[in-house]
Amino acid sequence: MSSNARIVASGGNRPKPPSLRKSPPSFAWLGVLPFLLFVVLFLFLPSLSLFVGGFQDAKGNFTLENIRGLFTPFILNAYWVTIKISLATALMGGIVGFFLAYALVAGGVPNWVRSSLMTFCGVASNFAGVPLAQAFIFTLGRVGLLTVFLREALHIDLYEQGFNLYSFWGLSVTYLYFQLPLMVLIITPPIEGLRREWREAAENLGATSSQYWWHVGVPVLMPSLLGSMILLFGNAFGAYATALSLTGGLINLVTILIGSQIKGDVLHNPNLGYALAFGMVVVMAVVMSIYYVLRRRSEYWLKK
Amino acid sequence: MKKNLFWNWFWIFISLTYFFIPLYATFNFSLKARKGELSLLAYQQMMEDPRILRSLIFSTEIGLLTILLGLLLMVPTVYWVRLKAPRLRPVIEFISLLPFVIPAIVLVFGLIRTYSGGIFPLTNTYTGTNFLLIAGYVVIGLPYLYRSVDAGMSAIDVVTLTEAAQSLGASWPTIMLRVIIPNLRSAMLGAAFLTLAIVLGEFTVATFLVGLKAFGPVIWQVGQNRAYEASALVIVSFIITWVLMGLINYVGRRGAADGSVAAGPR
Repeated sequence: MSSNARIVASGGNRPKPPSLRKSPPSFAWLGVLPFLLFVVLFLFLPSLSLFVGGFQDAKGNFTLENIRGLFTPFILNAYWVTIKISLATALMGGIVGFFLAYALVAGGVPNWVRSSLMTFCGVASNFAGVPLAQAFIFTLGRVGLLTVFLREALHIDLYEQGFNLYSFWGLSVTYLYFQLPLMVLIITPPIEGLRREWREAAENLGATSSQYWWHVGVPVLMPSLLGSMILLFGNAFGAYATALSLTGGLINLVTILIGSQIKGDVLHNPNLGYALAFGMVVVMAVVMSIYYVLRRRSEYWLKK
Repeated sequence: MKKNLFWNWFWIFISLTYFFIPLYATFNFSLKARKGELSLLAYQQMMEDPRILRSLIFSTEIGLLTILLGLLLMVPTVYWVRLKAPRLRPVIEFISLLPFVIPAIVLVFGLIRTYSGGIFPLTNTYTGTNFLLIAGYVVIGLPYLYRSVDAGMSAIDVVTLTEAAQSLGASWPTIMLRVIIPNLRSAMLGAAFLTLAIVLGEFTVATFLVGLKAFGPVIWQVGQNRAYEASALVIVSFIITWVLMGLINYVGRRGAADGSVAAGPR
């Protein structure tokens, strides 16, 4: 049938010799050539140039000096702060996001609350970068609405208590604004995949609610939970615009450091900059591989 | 059961409060440009600033070209793979997801290093730089473009449709323009709106390639010294995001909202 159709289509002019009619499959890849060319030019080549640059000295000779340079205290600290903030916001966003998603899915909540919060999560997970940072400055900055309200109405001075929007925790609170909704969006399908029958079966066998969660719910959801949090980790790890416009570049994150390096070689060694950037790709590659392994495992239980 | 319900509402209440306060604070601030009374002065000043409008137009143009290039690249590729080279499908899928691994700041760093000299010195001309910006955005949007287009093609049976069209004597352009693309309309629109949402406020790639010509860097610049206008701009960009997300939901009601799950550079 299918080869018939092809013959009809091409047969308008002249029947081709039988040997050519079955187009050899080895040329099928030619059709994806434009795509491959684009990807090579604008994804592979730029990454490769950073990778190669990371292993060269100023004259272009091979060296491991830049890789060694990554393990100096200043750069290790940048990686560590970036990892810490990604970890903190992935955990907080992951946990609160899970409870919120569960609250929305579990029922007992009017449908319009559920659907409008879900829509809002779609918006908020896309509302990031410069505008987000500025919204938090208007809220929790030194003269922000919430800061002033707490000081004047409740006599709690956040900044006297050691809080600072332009520091680690301030940045975390801000990142949560896109981390939390993203978690809700990713974790809702797996929660919906938990089957009612499992719960009923557990209850019929005399299980309490906590036994159900401990022996069924949590083990089934665990790969999805971990996978989602890893995705959140990656999401925060690459953040640049939010951090820059919130702290003005004063916090020592890898992305901020790369930004300053592009602007004016703050490391006094362009090749160290390339190694620094490629190091980020390595971390992200590890993170995303773990995510895909975990997603495979969660699909085992949750596919319908 | 009652206890359960309490905790459900507890988390909803906490999250709503957290989501609402920054928006309220920003909106409230944006109305206070005139001392002692509420006014829309900040919005008026924002509208009167030619740079803001110009950069918004520039970013919209870049966004539209990104959508065009992205779809021109992805639709034929995904179609071809489904029709002629199904064995390549995992490869294309893997490549399309790779940009997730490259943070935007690293991508722009690599683009600048590769194209600021050498064989293709794209950054020497305005056209070249703009093209580089568009190419960078296509790379960033690749995972979303691929996912929407691929989901759109799974929903229709492209092989059967193509064969049916061929047996009726349709030429390749006719098949593409009158059979495949009309069936992909909602998937393509979803991808387009998401791409626009990513490009419009994007800061990282734009600031290093074109600086204050683009909307994202202009929002940043205004925020540095004109707080009232900045707050108005934040509200406007929030509304733009909201509208685009609403459009995505509207065109992709059949559960195809999958593509909107994650977002562009932070």
